[in-house]
Amino acid sequence: MIRAQGLTKRYDDFVAVDGIDFAVERGESFGILGPNGAGKSTTMRMLGATLQRTSGDLMILGRDPAHEGPTIRAHLGVVPQQDNLDTELTVTENLYTYGRYFGLPKSYLMPRIDELLAFAQLEDKRSAKVDALSGGMKRRLTIARGLVNEPSILLLDEPTTGLDPQARHVLWDRLFRLKETGVTLVITTHYMDEAEQLCERLVVMDGGRIVAEGAPAALIREHSTREVVEVRFGSDRNAEVAAQLGDIGERLEVLPDRILIYTDAGEADLQRIVARGFMPVTSLVRRASLEDVFLRLTGRTLADE
Amino acid sequence: MRGSWRGATRVAEYRLRNMWKWRNSIIAFGLGNPVLYLASVGLGVGLLVDTGSGGVDGVPYLVFLAPALLAAAAIQGGQDEVTFPTIAGFIWEKLFFAMRATSLTGGQIADGVLLAAALRVVFTTAVYWLVLALFGAVEWTSALPLITVSTYAGLCWAALMLAVAANVKNEDGFLAFTWRLVIMPMFLFSGTFFPLSTLPLALQWIGWISPLWHATQLGRWLSYGMPLEPWQAALSVAYLLAMGVVGVVVARRRFERRLTS
Repeated sequence: MIRAQGLTKRYDDFVAVDGIDFAVERGESFGILGPNGAGKSTTMRMLGATLQRTSGDLMILGRDPAHEGPTIRAHLGVVPQQDNLDTELTVTENLYTYGRYFGLPKSYLMPRIDELLAFAQLEDKRSAKVDALSGGMKRRLTIARGLVNEPSILLLDEPTTGLDPQARHVLWDRLFRLKETGVTLVITTHYMDEAEQLCERLVVMDGGRIVAEGAPAALIREHSTREVVEVRFGSDRNAEVAAQLGDIGERLEVLPDRILIYTDAGEADLQRIVARGFMPVTSLVRRASLEDVFLRLTGRTLADE
Repeated sequence: MRGSWRGATRVAEYRLRNMWKWRNSIIAFGLGNPVLYLASVGLGVGLLVDTGSGGVDGVPYLVFLAPALLAAAAIQGGQDEVTFPTIAGFIWEKLFFAMRATSLTGGQIADGVLLAAALRVVFTTAVYWLVLALFGAVEWTSALPLITVSTYAGLCWAALMLAVAANVKNEDGFLAFTWRLVIMPMFLFSGTFFPLSTLPLALQWIGWISPLWHATQLGRWLSYGMPLEPWQAALSVAYLLAMGVVGVVVARRRFERRLTS
């Protein structure tokens, strides 16, 4: 569906995307994980045929976006980071006018809008003005809008940024259902839990480059231990304590607010720390996540930016 | 090319739907504006002028004034209908970016906004003309020539303002600024209320560069036969056309570039 080779976007002397290679297959849900400024949104706009690449090759649905932008976009659904809905129109009118941009006829759009309202759980709000919707509802409407032309690929840029936890879970559920219907999803996110939930395969981007690629579980296996012990001793003591825990676990990271110990036996290692007389203010044993992969690969946390 | 035209009509269709939300104010403004001007300036000042000096340019003041008011309404309506949606589309709601994510191109979006503005101008001008006719300020037979020339001027000006608005990075009073420092001086110094020749020479240039003055000249010629050399008429038509062509070319390029960078 998508094939990128040496894809590059340069602005004057700033390289936003620096020669990345990846491919997305039909029906896959593909993630681009990385901190803000990693080049995710720039990549997404090139995939959406709204930004011309500086160099490299890019094929979307077998076509080159530099030459066949409108044809490609007719088969894409785009959910931008910011909901750019028309706040003066109603929910239904937003879907209808967007469908008309593609030249879709009314006879197709009316039943399609009913399906989309059901999918987005906005049936009660069909005549409401967009202004009156909550953040989560607006996001669902933007996603429904992106589906109006029955796209082959849906591009979602940071779909749950700015939403409260409950709204995020509703949205994940909707995207999961969409995935089950066979739509190819491309999702950028800086939330590792989102990437783990929604993406079968992902690339980790940092500074415009891809630093890792694979299925979330495989990436975690490859770059981290199974479990992580997080202990906090207060920001002034973390480094001092860490110096005396070097032999515990496989590897240890000291962050400003906590120490991370990478191990395959979290509970046992936590017991050993306590047995040495170090009483953490808080402690947590958890499964390793993509956050740990990112930390390992870049030396920074996703939240650093 | 045919596909390109279709894209513009889809954008215009959306714009008309959006305007429909404002139909009450569009109709109220479209009717109220001419009635107020005609009642106050047309009849009030007109009485003073007509009894004082027997009209202007050999005709009653109201007849002299009417083509200018009509052209001004077309130009102001055209400007409103391109500047607000363009600022909203690029800055406030960023709707143009949503449109450009579909199969539409930047050029089609620019054309569509202008096309919808043209329809609004035709509507506003037709209503205005009707009020003028009811007040006896224009002949009933002047409908086609007067509405055509005013709409033409309004559209050419709208194209230019479309290009200008597409370059605005940050609204920051742009809309209020253009209204007070472009539309108002244009309205006052384009020979609208008195012949341009009565202004000091140092101020007459405002009229010469003003689309309103050119439209008014053509309108007066068509309405009551104000003397106008054919070359003068041709120059006014060409001047307005140049404004429109430059506007469309710049706006199309600017829209596409801004939506793809």
